[in-house]
Amino acid sequence: MTVPAASRPVFEVEGLSVDYVTELGDLHAVRNVSLAIHQHESFGLVGESGSGKSTLAMGAIRYLASNGRVADGSVRLNGVELLGLSPKELRALWGAKIGVVYQSPLSALNPSIPIGRQLAEVARQHLGMDSAAARGRVQEMLTKVAMPDPDAVMKRYPHQLSGGMLQRCVIAMALMTNPALLIMDEPTTALDVTTQAVVLDLVAELKREFDSAILYITHDLGVITKICDRVGVMYAGEFMEQAQLKELFKRPLHPYTLDLLGCVPHFDPTPQKRSLVTIPGSIPRVDQLPAGCIFAPRCSFVEAACTKARPPLAAVDKGHLSACRRWQAVPPPAEYLRAATEAVRGVQTACDTSDVLVRTSDVQVHFKAPKGTVRAVDGVDLDVCEGQTLGVVGESGSGKTTVARAIIGLTPRTGGSITLKGESLPRTTGRRPRSTLRQIQMVFQNPDASLNPTRSVGDAIMRPLTLLGGLDRRRAKDRALELLQSVSLPVSYFDRLPHELSGGEKQRVAIARAFAAEPGIILCDEPISSLDVSVQGSLMNLLMKLQVEQKTSYLFISHDLSAVQHLSDVIAVVYLGHVMEVGDATKVLTPPFHPYTEALLSAVPLADPDVKQKPIRLAGSVPSAMNVPSGCRFHPRCPRNLGDVCREQEPPWREGDGDHRIFCHIPLDELERLQAETLVLEAEEGA
Amino acid sequence: MVEPNVTDELFDTAIMDEEAVKGFSEPEQQERPKTWRLYWRRLLRRPAALVGTVIFCFFLFLAVFGPWIAPYDYEKQDADLRLAAPTLSHPFGADQFGRDILSRIIVGTRNIFLLGGSGTAVAVLIGTAIGLFSGYIGGTTDEVVMRLLDVLLSFPSLLLALVLLSTVGPSSLNLVFVVAILYIPMVARVVRSMVLDLKNKEFVEAARVRGETRSYVLFREILPNALPPLLVEASMRFSYSIFLVASLGFLGLGVQPPSPDWGLQINLARNFFAIAPWVLLFPACTIAVLVIATNLMSDGLRQVMLPGGGRN
Repeated sequence: MTVPAASRPVFEVEGLSVDYVTELGDLHAVRNVSLAIHQHESFGLVGESGSGKSTLAMGAIRYLASNGRVADGSVRLNGVELLGLSPKELRALWGAKIGVVYQSPLSALNPSIPIGRQLAEVARQHLGMDSAAARGRVQEMLTKVAMPDPDAVMKRYPHQLSGGMLQRCVIAMALMTNPALLIMDEPTTALDVTTQAVVLDLVAELKREFDSAILYITHDLGVITKICDRVGVMYAGEFMEQAQLKELFKRPLHPYTLDLLGCVPHFDPTPQKRSLVTIPGSIPRVDQLPAGCIFAPRCSFVEAACTKARPPLAAVDKGHLSACRRWQAVPPPAEYLRAATEAVRGVQTACDTSDVLVRTSDVQVHFKAPKGTVRAVDGVDLDVCEGQTLGVVGESGSGKTTVARAIIGLTPRTGGSITLKGESLPRTTGRRPRSTLRQIQMVFQNPDASLNPTRSVGDAIMRPLTLLGGLDRRRAKDRALELLQSVSLPVSYFDRLPHELSGGEKQRVAIARAFAAEPGIILCDEPISSLDVSVQGSLMNLLMKLQVEQKTSYLFISHDLSAVQHLSDVIAVVYLGHVMEVGDATKVLTPPFHPYTEALLSAVPLADPDVKQKPIRLAGSVPSAMNVPSGCRFHPRCPRNLGDVCREQEPPWREGDGDHRIFCHIPLDELERLQAETLVLEAEEGA
Repeated sequence: MVEPNVTDELFDTAIMDEEAVKGFSEPEQQERPKTWRLYWRRLLRRPAALVGTVIFCFFLFLAVFGPWIAPYDYEKQDADLRLAAPTLSHPFGADQFGRDILSRIIVGTRNIFLLGGSGTAVAVLIGTAIGLFSGYIGGTTDEVVMRLLDVLLSFPSLLLALVLLSTVGPSSLNLVFVVAILYIPMVARVVRSMVLDLKNKEFVEAARVRGETRSYVLFREILPNALPPLLVEASMRFSYSIFLVASLGFLGLGVQPPSPDWGLQINLARNFFAIAPWVLLFPACTIAVLVIATNLMSDGLRQVMLPGGGRN
């Protein structure tokens, strides 16, 4: 079925405003927003935390928390006004005409009802089918979402399926009635990259197959490029810009979009790195909005007139809307990036043995479980050189965090050795002298838990200074204030308690605390992954700046390949407790790749629609660390599986240029030949 | 995996409590409400809790200043006033020895607070210590300690109190220890569950990585964060202990006469209930009012200090 482009949009939102009634008064969380989505079109709603993107979507279909209220506007689905409907009419509409997919598939499904019955319920309720027909419909839908063995899946309970499979079930459920509108609220955020890629492929395909208009909510600019035709950028409850996807990335016409694109590290396998764009300040409270343009206080193109009146979202080009009155002054991204960022230290190559600060040799961490042994870390050899960053990348369950915990002594290793400057480290923190403890510090993943809620910021930073640095209180206080400034926090934060800080600020304090001990190495365990993109960018800048100043080494752990490639000198790719590939960053990011690295590279959603990634998708999910496959542990999912040899024999380390090593049966030149097309960066074509 | 938009969810779908609003949008806020002021503001919004707190404070005041406030000497017997009905000069009437009931109730407050309060205090001190160490050490030690406490818990508390008191004999000191023994397991369980939750938090791991001693980690890092639930638990234990002390007094195992113990007064007044019900009713009502007020207060404390969580 083809639809003429001029046809009426399926879903129209006009001048929608949503309020929350709170004890502080009415909060105007979303104000006067409009958007339109056509059939087979997907509209991406991007924005940082608190930008109101979910409120917009849920307010539009009138599915709000009890204190939420649609204050004004008009919402039409296939021409039917939603805002005047009675609760009963609305309930009939939800489910039948509107499907919703949430972030967490596990909580979207009832854990005590088998998948098949849950999905059939939707068919019975909204399609009026009898049990047999409903079962048939469920089977058909599960087949459509590429579920292997739908019959078996229908008998299972939610906890028996992996995250990716569950999300497919939820999508099947949402599409069961062929709804006119499908709302997807961060549906892949909780999934691993390789699973995410599979789900994104599926959504892209279903978009063509089903008649639904898709409203896709995400904070991830990379995901947007994979799914969306049109994108709306939200900020503090209003649209800043709306445009076609390519248009938005190529020529953003709002300073906020421009900044947002600059916050994300560009995929760049060359040794030269530039800092990332930082947006000063933070998103304003919705009850304390500035008088003029709401982005004006943080904008680099602001002029006096911007603070007077709020510019409306207006068409500036065909299909391109911007809420900036100076949109003509907004430069092209490349030009802006050159001006707004600076060259930072280039990537170094791996060092000699004499400069190795921390070395792990055949480290194993095995846990005893009731039904066997969990081999969380299973023979890891890594070197961290002085003043360098070793990036460790892998999916959840790869054991990357456990390696860091074994190094710092929080989780005792069960085999192998770890040395610091050539001296063996005791297994647990309790047996290490203070001089050793001082050398290794850690920045944790969860900023909310890494600071003691009852201790002030100053206390947190001073403690390592007095305990490990041997300073008296007065000198420690002076030093703590210096450290606060070096992590770009005002000295007035010294007396604050953690709950008065934002996530990014807490993480800055945690970084200051780590640096207070003047360590040789800081283990960064996903320090930025729970934060917004703009905050991520400024923290990465901070980490790089401090590294140059303090000559500290980092072990940077992340599942985010973009961040790892931006920060690291040496990259190690881990899978199921074992290193698959390790080497200088530039070598690891260019062919030859280990087949697993290749799959990661093709799965990671890069925030650049021009990069061509060959779709290599991994089958199944990461096996349990209790049941590590024989031979090469990657063989059951490997797209380049050679058969018996991979299944039966542990692969050899194949040595490449420099320190580049790949743990694979396939020779390097063969891999290089096969992988020339995996990742094509547009820049190369132009050059 | 990570959930990058926790604040976003709070903002978008959660019930917009005051905290949620703060969470999403005021990291840079200038005005800095202190924790205690926040508790106070929340308390003001809960009338029941506020009333409970006011009544509790009133009784606390009586406990401290009772002997000076009481209109008459609580021991003074007046044959003319035997079982006298309430009048303006003796608003609660007089008992079988002609003693002013109001005065006896006022002066008796101190007994209840002293016995229940010190029993609870001892229970909180010992229970906290047990809970902290047992939870933090974990493993077999924890298992053994908790099972031993379970044994204590498995007896009905009044029965256990009777058995213990009839063995060691009723005295104020013994009463305090009996209250303590009864409540140690409950306090220890609450503290232990907090420790289990806190000991794997990153800030505690950061302390271990710094090489802090075990006692520093326990008392400086963990305990302060366990204080709000501990305080709530302590106030609940206190309200139960009032009841327990009064019950033991009623059964004759509490404070011995002629002390103005409420439970004891009720017991002795039983014989005259038909002719002079006020002798029984006023002390009984006082106990009820204090217990209900303390309960309201501890419920309020729970809502104020542990909003959302801690409801069991």
